[in-house]
This record gives sequence, structure tokens and C-alpha cells, in this order.
Amino acid sequence: MKHIDDYRDGALARTLAERIAITIQPDRSYAFMEFCGGHTHAISRYGLEDLLPPAIRLIHGPGCPVCVLPVGRLAAAIDLAKTQSVTLCVYGDLMRVPTTRGYSLLSAKADGADIRMIYSPLDAVRMAEQNPTREVVFFAIGFETTAPATAQAILLAERKKLSNFSIICNHVLTPPAMDAIMASPGATPTTMLDGFIGPAHVATVTGLEPFEKITRRYAKPVVIAGFEPLDVLQAILMLIRQIHEGRAEIENQYLRAVSSSGNRLAQAAVAQVFNLRDSFEWRGLGVVADSALRLNERYAHFDAEQRYPIPIPHIKDHPACACSEILRGVKKPTDCRLFGTACTPETPVGSCMVSSEGACAAHWAYGRFRDKNYRPCAE
Amino acid sequence: MMQFSRKLDIARGKIELSHGSGGRASAQLVNEIFYPAFANNLLSAGNDQAIFPSPAGRLAMSTDSFVVSPLFFPGGDIGALAVNGVINDLAMGGAQPLYLSASFIIEEGFSFAELRQIAENMGATARSAGVMIVTGDTKVVERGKADGVFITTAGVGVIQDGVNLSGDRARPGDSVILSGSLGDHGVAVMMARQNLGFDTHVESDCAALHELVAAMLATAGPSIRLMRDPTRGGLAATLNEIAQQSQVGFRLREADIPIKPDVTAVCELLGLDPLNVANEGKLIAIVDADVAPALLAQMRAHPLGRDAALIGTVVDDAHRFVEMETKFGGRRVVDWLSGEQLPRIC
Ligand code: SF4
Repeated sequence: MKHIDDYRDGALARTLAERIAITIQPDRSYAFMEFCGGHTHAISRYGLEDLLPPAIRLIHGPGCPVCVLPVGRLAAAIDLAKTQSVTLCVYGDLMRVPTTRGYSLLSAKADGADIRMIYSPLDAVRMAEQNPTREVVFFAIGFETTAPATAQAILLAERKKLSNFSIICNHVLTPPAMDAIMASPGATPTTMLDGFIGPAHVATVTGLEPFEKITRRYAKPVVIAGFEPLDVLQAILMLIRQIHEGRAEIENQYLRAVSSSGNRLAQAAVAQVFNLRDSFEWRGLGVVADSALRLNERYAHFDAEQRYPIPIPHIKDHPACACSEILRGVKKPTDCRLFGTACTPETPVGSCMVSSEGACAAHWAYGRFRDKNYRPCAE
Repeated sequence: MMQFSRKLDIARGKIELSHGSGGRASAQLVNEIFYPAFANNLLSAGNDQAIFPSPAGRLAMSTDSFVVSPLFFPGGDIGALAVNGVINDLAMGGAQPLYLSASFIIEEGFSFAELRQIAENMGATARSAGVMIVTGDTKVVERGKADGVFITTAGVGVIQDGVNLSGDRARPGDSVILSGSLGDHGVAVMMARQNLGFDTHVESDCAALHELVAAMLATAGPSIRLMRDPTRGGLAATLNEIAQQSQVGFRLREADIPIKPDVTAVCELLGLDPLNVANEGKLIAIVDADVAPALLAQMRAHPLGRDAALIGTVVDDAHRFVEMETKFGGRRVVDWLSGEQLPRIC
């Protein structure tokens, strides 16, 4: 496991940064969106912006599954755990996400609901198998990267003929969201954005094809990049070169694992159990067509949304929250008047503050010393 | 020592509610498990209190509770943690720890064998640290009302004249010294939990730090402003606390902070920051910059300070920021933990 440090070599990073600095054209600026929260986190945690020339602006996109989850879906799951006394299995980073009046999974757990943190959906299947008298519901969440694991869990539950296992499916897809950002009305990100840094772990599963559509439709380059700081810097250099050469192509910085066709086994598992939803609400982006997955007819008996009467409430975000603009690159976290006052990681108001991969949370946790007018902490 | 008609069946026996009743069964548990494990006359005198002469100097007192899950993990167990934890809390004030108390809340059905193992580890840890566990208590709760065993320890120690360590004494220009690698304990406990089948070996750093502290005080006593052990919340929480107490900021250099490759790798996979992960055998010292090099050399000569490093400096900062220069030459804030949580780590 030694390789992590190899990719974090500071000297190499500085060399790359210098190359970026001499490559850029002096009379222009560059705006790149890193779609994925993993990239946002790496950029903030390693202070990469300090290494880059000011002409390069990084815009933090909506690629954090916890951030874009509509609160109503979580509220419905909490309700299910409390009223139908099911065992609700979730990934740990959801535990603190506040719903109405700040009520979170942690609050529900304290109130006696049976909520378990798990690391893999297979743990939930195991739990269902070991507790045949309990109804076990897995709150499935994530992009293309985690959908295959959920599919595996469904297939395993089917093989074991478990009747006490089901999922609330919140899996969403990356390319439709990129599409939604580029096509969004109001601001004109099509002219504002110069390119995308694409998520390597998604491309590892899907292959490059879904991203090719974006490059074709909007004539913007996409470079698929890994999550180490050097990966990100290299992707930026590749984007700049494409722009200078007048290209708008899909390129793969992350040769280590991405093949152009992706992981066919994972794709097959996903195709076997899921269908595309006609539309799905994204927190911050609104309703996006063909952007999420649900269990198909054949596996519908594992669909908690069908098994239980759980109405999904629509919970509006705070009117002052600028997340939807931030996710599209129109505003920065510090443009929001709630940033650091009403809205902090302990008391998140909007989606971008919810997970450490969100744009506001990353700026708060790692970058806020850059804001000169930031008021001193309360003593 | 009391005699009982039938000895406890340590190999197969389990705690029953009667062992917490205060009757014969409780007495037998204490006689056959705790007295032999802790082995000292102050305890086995069997009084409700331990009576000992008071040493010269100021006394320090501290208490801590331990609910770690699992109870046994690579590099330690709840017992060693409970003894070392309170020793370290005393040592961070510059105290020589002397006497400890230990209270046990035990779940019905808990095995005698594991309880004895824990008690023996506590006894051995205390003996090697030169402290005595002189008083204690046991309670039993129904099955499901606790998780095996919870332990609370308290301790008393003595501070020599002239030693004055306190969280509000950091001054701009001071050096920050860390005694060794970060995150070992938290990662070891996480790895010992189920379902995390990674192929790495990380051991808890669980250790008593008072001898290292004594050596440091002997070299640089008056120039040491304060010491802290970065347990829950890790280095990040500890430095943020000090920043508030002393009304200063910190500038750290990531490249100088020792972290083992396996710890980095596991943190990477679990989405944790090693700077937020708990330690149980490390200290940070804020010291006058003039003495830092000599002190560092001396710490490195001690087995618990072999990897000690100078990791940054105290600065004047109205915002009380703990800032770090990353390995890449970028900068970032090192904040309190607010996202991911590691419950039941100590
Ligand atoms: S600071 Fe909070 S309220 Fe403002 S945009 Fe970010 S998440 Fe929304």
C-alpha cells in the first residue's frame, strides 16, 4: 500500500505546477469544473489552488452523493425506521445529514430507531440473513461507482431468497448531471466553463463512452483523472493543452485502471437489476431527466419504495442557500451570506456543507484562511 | 483473603447479576479476579477507601472512562488503555502518577476469562508504570445494557515545584514537538472491527508517557509551556483547543508530521484524516524554540519518542487558525473533526 505516497510527491507537484504556469496563455483565464467530490476534497486538502496560477479557476461540481441527495428521501427513510420498526442500514457519512428541524439519522438512532452503519451493502444482506424476523432496509446511495455493489447485494439476496431485505435506491448518474449543468438556464456555464475534470472511479465502471457525449455536445474537453493531487494537476495540464490545440476530446489521465469500455462485469450487474428513472430530483440541481436508477420489474420485490407506504416529502432548501449556483460554478461558497455564520459543518443549512466533499464544507474545513474578511472565531 | 467453598470457574464461568449484588458473589469476584491481578496491600486490605501518606508538592487528579469496542485490539486492550489513559492525563500536567482507582460496569454474561485477562493487563500495565490500583468498584447490568465491560479509572499524582504546564501558555514563536507517528491507535481499533478485511498490520500505540515526560522536564523543564496527549479528535482537536486557550494560531508542515504508510493507506480507504484520528501513546509539547533542538534529540533517545519531530510553530493569529503547509506546497486549515466519526475508539 506504499503507492499513495509515491503519488503525493511534493517536488513532482511543483514541477507540474511550473509546467502549467509556463503553458497557459497570458491573456486569458481558464475555468475547469471538477465534477466529483473526491477531486474537490483532494484539491482543498492539499491546497492545490496555492500552486496554480491565478488564471486557473477550479469550480467544484455536484459530484458528492450525500450533497445531492434530496433531504425528503432521507426523511422518508428515517420515518420508515421509526414507524415500521425496520433495521435501516446506511453508510456512515449520512448519519449527520440534517432533515427538517435538524433531525438526522443520529437523532433517530438516539430516539431508539434501529439504524446501523455499514461499509458494504453485503453487510446489510448478511444482517437480513442472520435476523430473519427483522426487516432490513439498505439506503443505497452513490454514483456509478457504488451501484454495482448494490446490484451485487440484490443478486445475493435473490440467490438466498431473502424476503426480509429491501433497498431505498438513490443511485444517480454522472453524465446526465454534467449535461444538466451545461444546459442550465440563467447563468451561461456553457460559455463560462472551459472543461471538465472527470471522475476516474466512475469511468472505471462506465468506460469513456458516456463522457464522449458531453465533449461532442458542448465542444468542451473532459479529462478523466484519478484522485491523487498529482492526478488532478496533470489533468489540468492536459485540459489546457487541449484548449490550446483547439481540441475538445475525452482523454484519460488515469491510465492505471480506466479502459475505454469500462468494467463490463459491473455494468452487467447494474443492467441486470436496475432501470433508468424517468427523472430524479437532485439537491441543488433540481429535477434531472434520466439521471438515476431504480430496481427493475424483475427485482421490484426488493424495492422498499414499493414494499412500504413511504411518501417522500419535498423539503425545500433555505432560500438564502446558494448551493445550486455554487454547484454550477456561478457562485463561490463565500458569496453565500450564510457561509460560516448560520451554515457550518456542525449546522449545515445547504447541501454543499453536508459532506466533507461538498464545496462549502471543503472550503470551510481547509480553505477559509484565504478569506481576508473572515471574522475571528467566537472565543 | 476470604475463602470460598468453590472457586470461580474462570475457564467457563460468566458474570451473573449476583456478581454485582454486593453479596458473597461480588466479594468472590473481587477476591479471585481483581486482588490477584492488581496485587497490592492497599487494595487487598479490603476497605472502602485506600489510605496512603500524602507526598510533598502539589497533587494532580484526573479521571477517564473507557468504552472501546472491540475490547481487545492489536497493541492493547481496554484494560491497558484505562490505566495508560489516566496516567497520561496526569503526566501531561507534569505529574508523577502514584495511585489509581478502577470502576467496572460489567454486562451480565461477560466471561470470567476475558474479565481476568483485562484485569491482569491492567495490573501488569500499572506495575510496569510504577503505579498502584488501590481502590475500585464493580457493578453488573443486565445483558444488552452494556457492551461487555466499561471501565472508569481515576488517578492521583504529584507535581514537583517549578513545573508549570498549562494550555494557555503557548506563545507566538514557540515550537511544536510531536513525540511520534499519528493515528496508530484509532486505525488499529477500526481494523479490529468486523468487516474491514484489509491486509495491513497496525498496532495501537497505547503506552504510559510519564517517564518520557519526566525525562523532558529534567532537560527543559521551565522552557516547556505545555503538553497534551492527542487522544480523541487527534492532533487537529488538540491544537485547536490550545489555539483557543492560548489565543494563538499554529503553522504546521505536513512533510514533517510522522505517519506510518499503513495508517495513511487505511485512512485513505476509510476517508479519514490521520490528523483527526485518536492516539493513546503520543504527546505534543509546545516549547520555547531555543530548547527545541536539544529537547528533540533527548526525546529521540527515549523508546517512546524515537520518531519525535518538530512539526511547526505557534504564531500570532486573530482567527486562531491551525494552518498547515501541505506536502505540495499548498496551504490548508486543520480543523476540528466534524464529518466522519469514529465512535467507541477509547
Ligand atoms: S454556505 Fe451553506 S447555505 Fe450557503 S451555499 Fe453553502 S451550503 Fe448553502
